[in-house]
Amino acid sequence: MYGKRSRFLTIMLSIGLAFFYIPMILLVIYSFNYSKLVPVWSGWSIRWYEKLLFDSPDVWAAVSLSLKIAFVNATFATLLGTLAALVMVRFGRFKGRTLFGGMLVAPLVMPEVITGLSLLVLFISLKEAIGWPAERGFTTITIAHITFSMAYVAVTVQARLTGVGQTLEEAAADLGAKPFKVLTAITIPQLTPALISGWLLAFTLSLDDLVIASFVTGPGANTLPILIFSRIRLGLRPDINALATIIILFVAICVAIAAILMFRQHRRDLRDQQLAAGEDA
Amino acid sequence: MADAQSAPTTPIHDQNGSEPIVQIRGVTKKFGDVTAVENVDLDIMQGELFCLLGGSGCGKSTLLRMLAGFEFPESGSINIDGVNMSDVPAFERPTNMMFQSYALFPHMSVEKNVAFGLEQDKIAKAEIEDRVHEILKLVELEDYKKRKPQQLSGGQRQRVALARSLVKEPKLLLLDEPLAALDKKLRKQTQFELANIQEQVGVTFIVVTHDQEEAMTLSTRMAVMDKGRFIQIGTPTEIYEFPETRFVADFIGSANIMPGKVTENGADHIRVATDLGEVYVDHGHTFAEGSQIWVALRPEKIYLTTSPHETAGPNQTEGMVDDIGYLGETSLYKVRLTNGEIIDVTAPNLIRPKTRTHGITWKDKVYLRWEPSSAMLLGS
Amino acid sequence: MSDTIGDTTAPSALQRLGRWAQSRWRTIIVVIPFAWLLLFFLAPFFIVAKISVAELAIASPPFTKMIEWTDGGILTIRIVFDNFIYILEDSLYVNTYINSLKISVTCTILCLLLGYPIAYGIVRSGPVAKPLLLFAIILPFWTSFLLRVYAWMGLLADQGTINNLLIAMGVIDEPIRMLYTVFAVYLGIVYTYMPFMILPLYANMEKLDGSLNEAAADLGSRPTNTFFKVTLPLTMPGIIAGSLLVFIPATGEYVIPDLLGGGNVQMIGRVLFNEFSRNTDWPVAAAVAIVLLFLLVLPIILFQYYQGKASEAS
Repeated sequence: MYGKRSRFLTIMLSIGLAFFYIPMILLVIYSFNYSKLVPVWSGWSIRWYEKLLFDSPDVWAAVSLSLKIAFVNATFATLLGTLAALVMVRFGRFKGRTLFGGMLVAPLVMPEVITGLSLLVLFISLKEAIGWPAERGFTTITIAHITFSMAYVAVTVQARLTGVGQTLEEAAADLGAKPFKVLTAITIPQLTPALISGWLLAFTLSLDDLVIASFVTGPGANTLPILIFSRIRLGLRPDINALATIIILFVAICVAIAAILMFRQHRRDLRDQQLAAGEDA
Repeated sequence: MADAQSAPTTPIHDQNGSEPIVQIRGVTKKFGDVTAVENVDLDIMQGELFCLLGGSGCGKSTLLRMLAGFEFPESGSINIDGVNMSDVPAFERPTNMMFQSYALFPHMSVEKNVAFGLEQDKIAKAEIEDRVHEILKLVELEDYKKRKPQQLSGGQRQRVALARSLVKEPKLLLLDEPLAALDKKLRKQTQFELANIQEQVGVTFIVVTHDQEEAMTLSTRMAVMDKGRFIQIGTPTEIYEFPETRFVADFIGSANIMPGKVTENGADHIRVATDLGEVYVDHGHTFAEGSQIWVALRPEKIYLTTSPHETAGPNQTEGMVDDIGYLGETSLYKVRLTNGEIIDVTAPNLIRPKTRTHGITWKDKVYLRWEPSSAMLLGS
Repeated sequence: MSDTIGDTTAPSALQRLGRWAQSRWRTIIVVIPFAWLLLFFLAPFFIVAKISVAELAIASPPFTKMIEWTDGGILTIRIVFDNFIYILEDSLYVNTYINSLKISVTCTILCLLLGYPIAYGIVRSGPVAKPLLLFAIILPFWTSFLLRVYAWMGLLADQGTINNLLIAMGVIDEPIRMLYTVFAVYLGIVYTYMPFMILPLYANMEKLDGSLNEAAADLGSRPTNTFFKVTLPLTMPGIIAGSLLVFIPATGEYVIPDLLGGGNVQMIGRVLFNEFSRNTDWPVAAAVAIVLLFLLVLPIILFQYYQGKASEAS
């Protein structure tokens, strides 16, 4: 639905965007401040970047752990979330569907402290009972992340599954494809865009999580958010501004690449449409 | 009778010397670089059922939306009932619209939908109730007034939309593809209902449609639009029998169109040399001798026989049946002339054949003939 | 999973095998995510519930067992509600719950009041501006939540950008205390949760038939009236979904009250976190979590209901 945008709406949009972006922009600017006191400007400098790059092994250890967790989490969450979405959309009624659907949606809104706490007591109880997981860290954080990330993936894939409808699958079945073949040859390829965005979403969510990871981590396993949090709790720190700038830059580049790819695809679709329209004329 | 040379407008049908209810003067509307409506003039009289007919993107809907007040013209003026509408927003216009999607409010019952417009006018509750009741009776939906739009069939929704737009007794009712969402059978039936209701309430209707059959059945007068302009305005008969251009002849109904050269321009007749042989027309077209024109011949206006012509002369030719389309009430014959041209001829299946096929069949040699009045001559 | 059992009366062995294989892959697809969620999502809640009715003990883990074989081979089940009674009698806990709800309700309303016109503005934008604006709203969502909160610390601190600016302009002489106040917490929650309000609203508004607004105008309704009579009721599902997406997680929020509120704003998420990491009174912490869950269970069910309805409608 397009329409005329009133002046009020335009003003609200501008305020909204300023509200969203001004804090981030300031964060970036102050990362180039020479002063150790973040908001007191005393000239341009890149010394906090130097400190971060050459003198902060703990930061890079945390980055590496976070990326590892995010990668494994995204892959498993995409797999589990897609299966869950298939079950919800294509499998019709079965016993326990309501429970299943409920467990799939609840992590979207469940307060993190509750999820984190409950997973921690689970891991402790499991260790008591079967001796696994022996140590809390990479494995426990990853499992925790998969559990809430798969809900987001499932929602994304579910929307796409409902959107593409069942006609193509029925056509494949009509042409003699067995159900499993239909799944692999028709359904999954149709889902590719949703799978990619689901994977990226899961990756980001994992990189972003502080609370759940804080609960289920063990000694020595610091993810990047845990590390940042422990530092900024005590106040502003210029090296964190520098780290934030690098992260924002990294995200911006990824988003720009995604946008360019999407724009290209959009242009290709348009060209295809024009070509197709020309065929009819 | 139309003159092929004249501008594509016909005189206004002014029955009793009154002012037209709608006056459109030099209206142009652009969307970016695209001109949707270009310098259009139109007068519509009180009580008319006027159809805007054209393909998608011809500007008919934009014109309708400018009348409703959803779009405003770049230049030109629109007067409704003598009042200039340039600065009048949609909610203050004496017009109502029936949307193609019906645009029924999904969260309101039928009754509430119909009452919505009246409530805006701060009319007393009792009167609103009376008028809603009355209009629902007219469209035969009294028993459904408590239902939500989602609980109605397509035809019922269409009638709710009609009732909702009529209940305010607008000076002008605008209908955007009113029957497009209905299936074919229901559409045919509703065409007549719509025309009847219009006659009963006496409101001026302007209908936008892409369906020529719908336009012909409904309208007292219609305009054929293409690329933002009016190509021809007239009664359905005028448009069908006296098209002024090849576009109209081809767009409305079907026609065999071929080029020809005027060989004789008499006082009461004209002779044209074509691939069909000589065409003789006995009514008032005037084209200079030697000029290149087009001859259009409607498939149903050609006699098809298996016996040869008795005399030689104009308006006849012969060929072989190439293909037959059996349509039930009529059959369409594709006749290949000796020069290879294909001419479409339709013939009513007047009798039920004794055998399982009708008289004329594939590869038969057939003879074509038409009346001196039948061929239409087109300058462009 | 009732539909997964093969028909045993199938005539040929080969057919039976084929049918069994077919029913098995369906079962696997259901069982894997189902089992994962049962083990890692549902089961933990029962364990928390179990701990919440135990007593503190000097042991590892530090609470008494619910079911135990005592010396004489007697099965004892021990359930104590002391923890709940303790929480509900302690005005500190009760006030913290009330305070959390107050803050999250207020923030939800603020998000709605700001987010609704923003979402509507995007929907009403032209075909070029619309995806760009939507992008601009989603973009912060992809950058770190923690850093977005941190950005406000720089703005709000006593020596922060806003105070520096106001002092430089001569508006104030002394810095205004903003960081580590409840105001900062409101601001932080509204800022970080706004996209969760805007996106469902946008999705809902985008689906609305634009001709409904035109139809209302055509029937004589002024824009304001059209908004209240047509647009607002039809965007109710979006309002509810967005509000729940803000309200539920905001109630249990930990990071924002901790970083922006300092020790001055008590919210239950923070209390819970600290209870667990500093003290080791697990039974009380578990009881705090159970009470929080109890407060939020109705909104969560409501959210699931709307989510289910939305996915069925599309």
